[in-house]
Amino acid sequence: MELRAYIIRRLLLLIPVLLGVTLFIFGITMFFSPIQRATLYVTNLRQLANLPAIIEQYGLDQPLVVQYGTWLGQVLRGNLGWSNVANMPVSEAIWHFLPATLELAIFATPLIILIGIFLGSTAAAHKDSPVDHGTRVVAIVGWSLPTFWLGLILLMVFYGYFRGFLPPSRLSIQMDMVVNSAEFIRYTHINTIDAILNLNGPVFLDALRHIILPVITLSIVNVAFIMRLMRSSMLESLGKGYILTARAKGLAEKVVVNKHARRNALIPVITVSGYLFAALANGVVITETIFNYKGIGWWAWQSAFRLDIASVLGFALFNAVLFVLVNLVVDILYTRVDPRVRLGGSVQ
Amino acid sequence: MTDWRFMARQLARNPMSLMGIIIIVVFAIIAIFAPLIAPPPEGHWNPNPYMIPRDGYSATPQPPSEEHVFGTTEGQYDIFYGVIWGTRTAFQIGLVVIGIVVAIGIVLGSLAGYFGGVLDEVIMRITDIFLAFPALILAMAIVSAIGPSVRSVMIALAVVSWPSYARLIRGDILQVREEDYIEASRGLGASSGRVILRHALPNAIYPTLVMASLDIGAVVLAAAALSFLGLGAPEGYADWGQLTSFARNWIVGPPGDSLKYWYAVTIPGLFILLFVLGWNLLGDAFRDILDPRLARR
Repeated sequence: MELRAYIIRRLLLLIPVLLGVTLFIFGITMFFSPIQRATLYVTNLRQLANLPAIIEQYGLDQPLVVQYGTWLGQVLRGNLGWSNVANMPVSEAIWHFLPATLELAIFATPLIILIGIFLGSTAAAHKDSPVDHGTRVVAIVGWSLPTFWLGLILLMVFYGYFRGFLPPSRLSIQMDMVVNSAEFIRYTHINTIDAILNLNGPVFLDALRHIILPVITLSIVNVAFIMRLMRSSMLESLGKGYILTARAKGLAEKVVVNKHARRNALIPVITVSGYLFAALANGVVITETIFNYKGIGWWAWQSAFRLDIASVLGFALFNAVLFVLVNLVVDILYTRVDPRVRLGGSVQ
Repeated sequence: MTDWRFMARQLARNPMSLMGIIIIVVFAIIAIFAPLIAPPPEGHWNPNPYMIPRDGYSATPQPPSEEHVFGTTEGQYDIFYGVIWGTRTAFQIGLVVIGIVVAIGIVLGSLAGYFGGVLDEVIMRITDIFLAFPALILAMAIVSAIGPSVRSVMIALAVVSWPSYARLIRGDILQVREEDYIEASRGLGASSGRVILRHALPNAIYPTLVMASLDIGAVVLAAAALSFLGLGAPEGYADWGQLTSFARNWIVGPPGDSLKYWYAVTIPGLFILLFVLGWNLLGDAFRDILDPRLARR
């Protein structure tokens, strides 16, 4: 019951935040004149002659409040303007490019979480040992790595030095033809999954070969992040009274670490999945750009680079809404894992 | 109150933070003496020393030689000159952004924390809105709206990072707000401004300030990423991110010599890595010292 009240309260709190987010994006469009803003809706060159009509249609010369209302109405109906880069409406472009990015996330997320948790708790369990110092150095170097540079170095070695072993882009030309042929059914547009569903081995291997380097690039920085968090959380949990009790009972150290300390140390890591979403969203822009991997991040970069403002703002809005929802889910999960949060009534 | 001498001793004893300090000092020396280490050549093509001298216009990078110690990158920009003057750019971006962000954070954070109530609610809900965006994506949107330049990058990074500092400082102020000495100075008739400036802030924010200053590494990393994406410095400006992006077309050499242009990719990136690493090493050590939960073990 308490939980339901909590969820309802959180959902109500979402409304002002989402309104604020739209207001903020709308504010950025105000850097531009009505004519420039009208061009965000232009779908082909012939329409440029009709700019006054577009200004009229979207009310771009109306008072600010009216304009915001009209704009918000359009956004709620899914009209985010026209993407010149993708040559389709922005909202369609998002769905068009999303599967490729999801494919990266599907592989990277479990990898990041599992390796991060394992390394972090191992380091904490052996505090101040060579294992601890070693993992800490690795983590801090990983945390300081410029993602774009790491990607280039990986390409230099695995694409350049090992003669095309792990190439950039999403698929080789031959496999791209297979994927786009009539026999190959694209259920999800996620290549590896589609390949399995179509029982097509070569496509699967080719897709995998293309995805390895971007996934590594995305993962290293975030593994370092989760590891660091898990280490300090685990250290805190190892210092608690129940650990002393468990040890005093004569439990094996392995059981104490794995069953008692690690389970409790995992709680803050759940909260971090929210941050992880943001980190991945930021990371795919750079990673996809370097590997010429045509997902949503690549599209966002192309748009920013070619000053396709409608796409950039649409992308930012999409990410903000998603991020807010992810955080909501995380907070609700958190109350299930840690009942203390519910008693307090607020999450800070 | 934190004992500064104790803290300094802790930092100097820890090999990792010592390493961090050394790295930062070396970079500071490079930045200060940039005009001596890499003097702009006679008859430089541009009066602005931050513009990297170029030796011709050919696209192909040239390997390290006596004349160009680190070689040249695409467009014959001298890599050595670029990374040396790029150190100045890095410090400049880091210091300016952190300065702005801390200033905004102190003002809004202490207003929210000290007065509480509606003001607190409003300020915190505004930070919620800013924090609803993944930072780099929002920075990208801002830069593309106001036009790419080093200044835009600094503005964008300040806009996306002030909310977390405002929240931290608000939390610090909340912790000391109910202390007896605050109550006492209020009782003596001191104005709110005086209580905040003279009593609350000095006792609350030093740890936050230290952590903020160590975020310079993170700021420089984000700025380099924006620059790499082509949203930062104008072409030819001494900037590590841009120097790395020049090398994008040259990661694979000709057949039989695939690592031919290694210097163009590797060197600017190494400078970014080391700079950020220096700050992070120091920051990590600080976090351990400041975290009382860990100190007891």
